[in-house]
Amino acid sequence: MSSIHVTARNLDLDDPGLVRVLDGEGNLLDASRDPKLSDAEVLAIHRTMVNTRVLDVAMEKLQRQGRIAFHVSSLGEEAAIVAAAAALDATDWIVPCYREIGALFHRGYALSAYLDLMFGNADDVAHGRQMPEHSTCRALRYASVSAPIGTQIPHAVGMAYALKLRRQQEIAAVFFGEGATSSNDFHAGLNFAGVWKAPVVFLCRNNRWAISLPSEEQTASTHFADKAAAYGIPGVRCDGNDVLAVHTVVREARARALRGEGPTLVELMTYRRSGHSTSDDPSIYREAEEVASFASVDPLVRMDAYLARRGLWDAEREATAKAEFEAALRAAIAAAEAKPKPDLETMFDGVFESRPAHLEAQYRELVRGPRAPSVG
Amino acid sequence: MVQAIHDGLREAMRADPNVVVLGEDVGRLGGVFRVTQGLEVEFGHERVIDTPLSESGIVGAALGMAMMGLRPVVEIQFADFVWPAIDQIISEVSKYRYRTGGEWTAPMVIRMPYGGGIKGGHFHSQSPESIFVHTAGLKVVAPSNPYDAKGLLLEAIRDPDPVVFLEPKRVYRAVKMDVPEGVYEVPLSRASVVREGKDVTCIAWGAMLYEALTAALQASEQGVEVEVLDLRTLWPLDLEAVLASVKKTGRVVVVHEAPRACGFGAELVALVNEHAFLHLAAPPRRVTGFDTPFPYTLENEYLPLAHRILPALLESARY
Repeated sequence: MSSIHVTARNLDLDDPGLVRVLDGEGNLLDASRDPKLSDAEVLAIHRTMVNTRVLDVAMEKLQRQGRIAFHVSSLGEEAAIVAAAAALDATDWIVPCYREIGALFHRGYALSAYLDLMFGNADDVAHGRQMPEHSTCRALRYASVSAPIGTQIPHAVGMAYALKLRRQQEIAAVFFGEGATSSNDFHAGLNFAGVWKAPVVFLCRNNRWAISLPSEEQTASTHFADKAAAYGIPGVRCDGNDVLAVHTVVREARARALRGEGPTLVELMTYRRSGHSTSDDPSIYREAEEVASFASVDPLVRMDAYLARRGLWDAEREATAKAEFEAALRAAIAAAEAKPKPDLETMFDGVFESRPAHLEAQYRELVRGPRAPSVG
Repeated sequence: MVQAIHDGLREAMRADPNVVVLGEDVGRLGGVFRVTQGLEVEFGHERVIDTPLSESGIVGAALGMAMMGLRPVVEIQFADFVWPAIDQIISEVSKYRYRTGGEWTAPMVIRMPYGGGIKGGHFHSQSPESIFVHTAGLKVVAPSNPYDAKGLLLEAIRDPDPVVFLEPKRVYRAVKMDVPEGVYEVPLSRASVVREGKDVTCIAWGAMLYEALTAALQASEQGVEVEVLDLRTLWPLDLEAVLASVKKTGRVVVVHEAPRACGFGAELVALVNEHAFLHLAAPPRRVTGFDTPFPYTLENEYLPLAHRILPALLESARY
């Protein structure tokens, strides 16, 4: 394993430029940046974080059993994802990367919709056309996931421009990993947004690893947030495992966007405790000790501690809620797995609004011929 | 095939210090398909380069390296992710020799896993070969088996011009065969007759070759003898081999995963019509992916698998 040269790193918690509100034990470090969330808001964020983690365990198991093909985990990044979503209004638009299912669940995404996608069955909104984890939900203002990196960034800028043009008091928030800052579209998107003063918030989840490439080798900038300067927009660094800090920073960036002052690049310092996806084997490129060292700054551990300090921790309620979610999840998995595959026709629909003659002919050709052997 | 391509890269790097490998995750991880596993240990991180996440950066930088005399071998993680680099490939790499009167050249290999059959959905399944064939100045290779993959890769690395090297990922670990150690050659632009037959010619490449062979076997049970041609290099094409077979059988079926419209099958059929029209006893046929994005759940209905090739072979033979 001589190729490994990355050693344990931390979240740069000592960096004075980092926005922090909670310490590692759930104490308030900086009351001036406390978003002053209500009990209900705090509990809702906590619930989504816990549910996402339960979901990750269940999906990984399904993948290992060969019942679904693929899963992307958000283990360790729940605060960066869920608190950012919570800081937006329900009318704001979320443009996801592929690790933000927690943001969609925080908006009330149905488990059944998620599992229909994961199994690619007939009830999936996209008719099983996409791989697992490539969700979308127009009703919840959540754009579509695609696998190429960074391509969604200019989309969010265009959406924000449209909102500004129509004087809508809404913003677009786009998630991406730190790896995406190397993409063409990161540059194009931030540049356009800066020129247009578009009401968009760029949420860079710096989880330290782009598959096997550590963040130090992704850029020679000291921080990813520094890149904002080149586009004439503010860059803010934030403890991404601190629910209150994430909420405050995103809320402030949102307010700025709505005031017409333009975009903000937010770097959320976090850590990808899982592999890149179920197709990845991170033991090849990073040390177990490094991964273990991030357990101590885990966002959920800190959130639990914060709940306790606020007198909101209730072990019995936790156990009940978790059991209820697990039961709902089991039922949703069983229901989705039992559903049939999409009809053959769905393959030819949706290429255009209506099916042109050449696709009609190809559909008839497929229907007339023998069926494919069942998928192994 | 993963091991054969790995061997080819290693042999090339041992033989020529100018050969460098660059791409996303190719170093310490050894590539997401592990093709480059261990190369960083043997050759160091200066010759096996983990790049930032930018395909245009990778290909553009590789062109600069090639202009200075290195022999870069680029890995694009999936063919589906090549599009950010397409400006570099089409505007720069393919035209550098031409537009400088040969003062500068672009000898490089751009490797990419392509094709479906691994439950990869829209973005891990596509077959973009016709885009590259359509771009003058690129050679396009698509091996179907480990032996050819290694030999063609060694040839591609030695070639004085840019080569797009398409690796059928469905074959990566599914097909195993003994591959000689050391350096050997499989020449570019030479097709291979992998099954002889007198009734119908079936042209395929990459993973679909095995589907064509399966269908040919089934056709044989019904008295139709199919000649199966593995193109191996798509461009420049071994037209002589195609015409020799078609003139013998008078019937041709082309199989490819990519969508039908403007797929490479269209070019092959046009060439057959231009050069062997009077030898044809039946209209040429194409068995291909449909003109839709590549689907996830229904991928085996989309792919031109043996169950769709067989009727085309029989109908062609009985036309």
